[in-house]
This record gives sequence, structure tokens and C-alpha cells, in this order.
Amino acid sequence: MVDTANKQPILEVDQLVAGYGEDEVLHGVSLTVNAGELVTLVGRNGAGKSTIMRSIMGILPRRRGSVRIGGKETISLPPEKIAHLGVGYVPEERGIFSTLSVAENLSLPVKVGDNPMSMDAVFELFPNLRERLGSPGTKLSGGEQQMLSIARVLRAGARFILLDEPTEGLAPVIVQQIGQTIARLKQAGYTILLVEQNMHFAATVSDRFFVIEDGHVIEQVGRIDTPEAVAGLERYLGI
Amino acid sequence: MTFFGIPAQAWVGQILIGLINGSFYAMLSIGLAVIFGLLNIANFAHGVFYMMGAFGAWMLANYLGLGYWESLVLAPLAVGIVGSLIERAFLSRIYHLDHTYSMLLTFAITLMIESLYRNAYGTSGMPFDTPALLQGGTRIGGIFMPNYRLWVVGASLVACLVTWVFIERTRLGSYLRAATENASMTRALGINVPRLLTIAYGCGVGLAALSGVMAVPIYGANPAMGSDLLIVVFAVVVIGGMGSIFGSIVTGFVVGLLEGITKVLWPEASATVVFVLMTIVLLAKPAGLFGESR
Repeated sequence: MVDTANKQPILEVDQLVAGYGEDEVLHGVSLTVNAGELVTLVGRNGAGKSTIMRSIMGILPRRRGSVRIGGKETISLPPEKIAHLGVGYVPEERGIFSTLSVAENLSLPVKVGDNPMSMDAVFELFPNLRERLGSPGTKLSGGEQQMLSIARVLRAGARFILLDEPTEGLAPVIVQQIGQTIARLKQAGYTILLVEQNMHFAATVSDRFFVIEDGHVIEQVGRIDTPEAVAGLERYLGI
Repeated sequence: MTFFGIPAQAWVGQILIGLINGSFYAMLSIGLAVIFGLLNIANFAHGVFYMMGAFGAWMLANYLGLGYWESLVLAPLAVGIVGSLIERAFLSRIYHLDHTYSMLLTFAITLMIESLYRNAYGTSGMPFDTPALLQGGTRIGGIFMPNYRLWVVGASLVACLVTWVFIERTRLGSYLRAATENASMTRALGINVPRLLTIAYGCGVGLAALSGVMAVPIYGANPAMGSDLLIVVFAVVVIGGMGSIFGSIVTGFVVGLLEGITKVLWPEASATVVFVLMTIVLLAKPAGLFGESR
């Protein structure tokens, strides 16, 4: 049983159907994320987790159903309007602009929330970025690119962050650093929807899990804190 | 004094003409490169906006009594607004379609606008006086240089440089570069990319119109003047690299100079040398000299 009572929902997805071209990938996804929560989507590759993220962000033009963010219906809004509801999107491929320097990548987003993180606070969170300000975005290591991608949405002032596989392809020490950052953001009151394959990582930070399979939510699981529970979720990933 | 048996005066004269043509190529191709880079369309209507700039100056002078200097600001502004309206009304509806559609649409726009001008003003062309401030000439190293042509070369260089600085060094320029690279991600960061596309198209055609205003005292205003130039300008953009601003500037001037030098050495080949160069570049580096594969 998952306790979500007495919490203000930030995201309410109801019967979301979306896809690419003629292919329908999501077949009626429903889920909610409450303020200050960290919710993780788990599932096999191709289950539709990243498609859910893109649909919430409005990047997929073909979608129907209902996506309410902060109580506002966004199903027909373009991505820039959705971002202005205080939403930050950190995509799986990180979305760093190669023709822009780190400094330009950081100053690119427009203000989408009331309290954009200051540069000093960003550098406190990600000290590596301070030394790489003049470098082109794609000259950074994978870990630094991930940090830059997260830093960018924090600079914009987003309070609801969509984090798509932030640890993918990163060294264990960087994964640990990203984990600490996510924990700090959660502590600071940020609401986070995470897609993650690394269940040991996700278990340490997540309040709830939605298991996605073939474009459906097949199960909702509360906080897990035992190796058996982690192993139980890993079954859904085919591990 | 002669070089390769050809008088120095002929060399300098043709090099100057080459530089002037290069100035127009650079200014037109920079607009085309911005539009292709951001909107991903080959804008066949670019030549017609150059022509509208030239006619804009002529109309402002003949209907409103305004001079060249006012036209230099007003005509590009008016043509830029017309371009933005065309982008909103037509082009924005076909971005998701194949390149062929945008080529056909912009070509159709060219034919329609050109026909309207031909119907109204004929085909013989309208003369335009050189502004009083730039009449006469200057003797440099024993060679007479018309002041107006020197101004065109200098002003084009400044316009190209300003455009480059705007794109590479300003916040709006960083939006343009980001949207060129990944429009979806740029939108997800809260930036209104459709509005940016309209502004970029308006600025691109505004630059074409500015070239037209600068060209009108030299060539007059003629409905076909843009179409005649456009094929060479497309070759310039292909050689420089589709979407490369820096490539367009450098290649514009280089192609102009190359044409000028060829006119001295082998006049019959001067009209085709640019296409020979384009063929060589495409074989050796398909993305162009300064372009990146998309």
C-alpha cells in the first residue's frame, strides 16, 4: 500500500496515449507525483519510460489523454509553455548543445520559476563546471555533461524535474556524486520524476516506483529498503 | 605595369568588381545560411527579397521623396516584416515536410512576387542615383576607385561582421545556435522557438533587402535581378557549408574575387568558375569548406 494521502499533486497523468508517427507507444498511462516526492519509473528498455517523460514535456506532438502540471492541463501546450510551469527536463542523451560553451549552456534557459539557482550554488553542487566554463559543451566527460544538464534546469528555476536515466554510462564514483546531488535536491524540496535502470541507485533516493511495461503502468510500489525488495523490482527489468 | 601581360589597371578594376560582387554574395549567402541553419529550408525566395530591397529604395525615393540613407534602414525593415509574415502564413506550416516542399513553395513565392513587380514596373529596370555623399571617386595607388563601390565593400564587411557577432556573441544568438542544433531541447528549456524562427527568417530576408538597397545605385532596380544572382549565391552557401555563417562570409568574398580574377585571365570561364569550384568542394568535402555534416 502506498501512502500518498494529504499531499499536493504536482503531476497528474491520466490515460495518456502517445507515440512516434503511426506507432503508439503509450496505451493509457496514469500516474501522479506529489510535491516534494521523488518517483521513479522502472521497466525494461522500450517499455515507454522515456516516452512518458517526452510526453509530459510536450516534445511528442501526438499525444492524448490528460497531463496536469500544478493543476493546469498541458496536453495541448507546446514544450516552452510547459517549461514555464516550472518544469525542467534532463533527457537521456543530456541535450547539451555542442556549439555552445558550458557558460552559454548554463545561461541559455529562460527563467521558468521564482528562485533560479545562483551560479555560486550551481558551482557548489557541481564544482567541476566552474573550471570548464569556457569549454564547448560536448568536450565534457559524460559525468560533466550530466551535471551540466541538471545544472541548466536548476539555473532556470525549475522545481519539478524530469530526470531520464541520469546514471547511464557513468563511472561508479560519478553515479555516487549524481546520487548525492539528487538527494540534496529532494531535501531542498524539489519534485523529481526519475527514469532509472540502476535499481540499487534508485532504491536509495525514491519514495515510490511505477513499473512500466508495454506502455502501461502495471504496478505501483512504495519506498523499498531491503535487498529482497530491490531484487523484486529488478525482476521487472529482466535482471 | 603589367602582370601576365595584362595591365595592372585591368587587374585592379576586375578585382574591385569581384570584391563588390563578393560583398553582395556574402550578404545574401549569410541570410540564406541563417535560414537554412535554423529553419532547415532552402529559401528560393531569397533573391526576390533582394529585389524587393532595391525596389523598396526606389519606391521610397520616388513615392515618398526619401533618400538613400533612410532607405538603408526602412526598406530592409519593411521587407523583413513581409518576410516574417510569409514565414508565419506559409513556411511554418511545412517545416515537418520534406525539403522539396519548401523549395517548391519558396520558388512559387518568387514567381508570384517577381510577376507582380514585372507587371507593375516592366523589365527594363529603374535607375537610382548614387547618394551625393558617395559620388565621385578616390585615387588609390594611381587607380581611380568610385567612392560608392568602396562604400559597398566596407558596409558589407561591417554588416557581415555585425551579423556574425550577433549570432556568436549575444544571448539571442545563442538561442539561434541552440535551436539550430536541437529545436526540441531548446523549446524544453522554455525558449519560444517558433517565434525565434519568424525573427530569424525576417532578419535573413532583411539582410537580403539591405544588399538590394546597396545594389540599387549600381545596378538599378529590376524584377529579375534577384533570380539572376540567386544561383551563384546558392553555390556560395554550398561551398561555404550549408548553415555556416563564417563559411558564407569568407566564401562570398572569395567567389567574388575568383570571378574577378577569372574575368581577367579567361573571361569566357568567369560565369562558370564558381560552379567548377562548387563541384570540386562537393567531391572533396560534401558538407562544404566550413560546414558540418547534419
